[in-house]
Amino acid sequence: MTRPPGALTRNDTVTRINHWITALCFILLAISGLSMFHPFLYWMSGLFGSGQWARAAHPWIGIVLFISFSGLIIQFWRDNLWNRDDVAWMKAIDRVLANDEEDIPEVGRFNAGQKFVFWSMALLIPVLLITGLVMWEVYFGTATSIPTQRAALLIHSMAAIAAIIIWIVHVYAAIWVRGSMRAMTQGYVTPGWAWRHHRKWFRSLVATGSNGPRPNVTTRETRE
Amino acid sequence: MTNYQSQNYIRISATTITPPAARNREAEMSKLIDVTRCIGCKACQAACMEWNNLRNPVGTFHGTLQNPMDLDPETWTLMRFTEWENDKGDLEWLIRKDGCMHCEDPGCLKACPAPGAIVQYENGIVDFISENCIGCGYCVKGCPFDIPRISQVDHKSYKCTLCSDRVAVNLEPACVKACPTGAILFGTKKNMTDWAGERIEDLKSRGFENAGLYDPPGVGGTHVMYVLHHANTPTIYAGLPENPTISPTVEFWKGLIKPAALIGVAAAAIAGFMHWVVAGPNEVQPEDEEAAERLIEAKAATTRPPPDTGGRPQRTEPVEPPV
Ligand code: HEM
Repeated sequence: MTRPPGALTRNDTVTRINHWITALCFILLAISGLSMFHPFLYWMSGLFGSGQWARAAHPWIGIVLFISFSGLIIQFWRDNLWNRDDVAWMKAIDRVLANDEEDIPEVGRFNAGQKFVFWSMALLIPVLLITGLVMWEVYFGTATSIPTQRAALLIHSMAAIAAIIIWIVHVYAAIWVRGSMRAMTQGYVTPGWAWRHHRKWFRSLVATGSNGPRPNVTTRETRE
Repeated sequence: MTNYQSQNYIRISATTITPPAARNREAEMSKLIDVTRCIGCKACQAACMEWNNLRNPVGTFHGTLQNPMDLDPETWTLMRFTEWENDKGDLEWLIRKDGCMHCEDPGCLKACPAPGAIVQYENGIVDFISENCIGCGYCVKGCPFDIPRISQVDHKSYKCTLCSDRVAVNLEPACVKACPTGAILFGTKKNMTDWAGERIEDLKSRGFENAGLYDPPGVGGTHVMYVLHHANTPTIYAGLPENPTISPTVEFWKGLIKPAALIGVAAAAIAGFMHWVVAGPNEVQPEDEEAAERLIEAKAATTRPPPDTGGRPQRTEPVEPPV
């Protein structure tokens, strides 16, 4: 990797590996889950060998996802705390969507949209885990009553669809905002990228002489 | 069962197309279990094991005639024994042959995500096609009668087939053939209903004023029906549900939300693509890099150098963001 001088670390190596394990698990879960979700999508179970294999693998991948995503929560939760500027950012979302980020509140390490994705997933993935365990026929088929399992199935499928839609938004944002993908593959961004998209974060790095991903001194201001 | 079928499918699980319908002329069949004639001999249970080659390992004795205590992947029919005290204080021994009811509107089939793992033949029999079954257990959640059981050996779901293989070649189900008292009968649904009517009249004339036929309309009727002496309280027969229906949770889960969810996912993807077409990528501009550079330089200028190097004068005013 040729990292230009002056580049800022957006995500360090541990974070990136953690992220991509999570992403792989999520994609495999979405494929195997959707194959059971609708007859139109049953063919996707063939990617796992057969319907039986997709059914059998899905809960195990779910457990790996949950553990892996917990790692992301630990690394990201502080930078995702909600603050007043996020509301103003949300109100100016039309400007953001028009690629005009000049006159909107300066953004810390994550903008309100990213925080929304983060907290949605932080809610949905534990819900998927718990309902998934209740539905897991092989080990917990008789652990709960049938009405409980019915409710778990309904909640699991709705939470899964919500998670998949949010995931589409997340992936599109990564494609749309150029340079984001590299921030999660090679881990760095240019100062201009940081200035354009996450100015408050950039200022906090410069002010504390940090190369990222977090300022060297954490104060209330730099955290936001 | 397997799918070497000679009968017409009218419903196929997880399938959005209409099954071949050109030959649909067959009469609806039904099994009639006359609980009032049953002596609890379990010949039906034995015949079921024999015909279907089921050999459940010998279990343990629980102090009741019921054995085994529940349905399982190798017990597709089970005599459930209940000692019930009627309002006169007399003991009545209620014996109900439990097993798949072969609903006209089968909850298992509706819930099943595997194409062709559950089918309904034109004669009304609901059958599990084992080679297509993926073992998810959704049928267990779909069933209003708690009938299907998943094997821990092969992760397939099992239940009574109504001897679909025998019926296909004009034989009656094995349990019907074995019953020594004529308590289990098999024929067209119409004949069975008529016969049950006669039986019920007879029972009423002998003091069972609540005698009646159990053919619950909530699941569109069933292809296994009971004659009960106390049809007003089916639950006394080892929990036979009073008004079984497919759970509203299951109906909702398999109903509106499936197409709505697919539309939602597709809409999200299309919205992303349209945004790309309309607004396009958000790229860092040279001005951004310059602005960032100015901030870094301004910061460098203010940094107090280490004392031993002497150093440049220190700026005192706060760092202003260059615009
Ligand atoms: C976090 C841990 C998870 C566990 C333990 C879990 C477990 C399960 C289980 C047991 C099933 C039933 C089928 C089977 O046995 O394989 C299932 C179905 C499903 N799962 Fe998960 N899952 C998890 C996460 C996810 C995630 C993250 C997604 C979405 C990306 C997802 C999407 C689905 C879908 C769409 C279905 C089918 C629901 C339906 O048929 O309506 N699951 N899951």
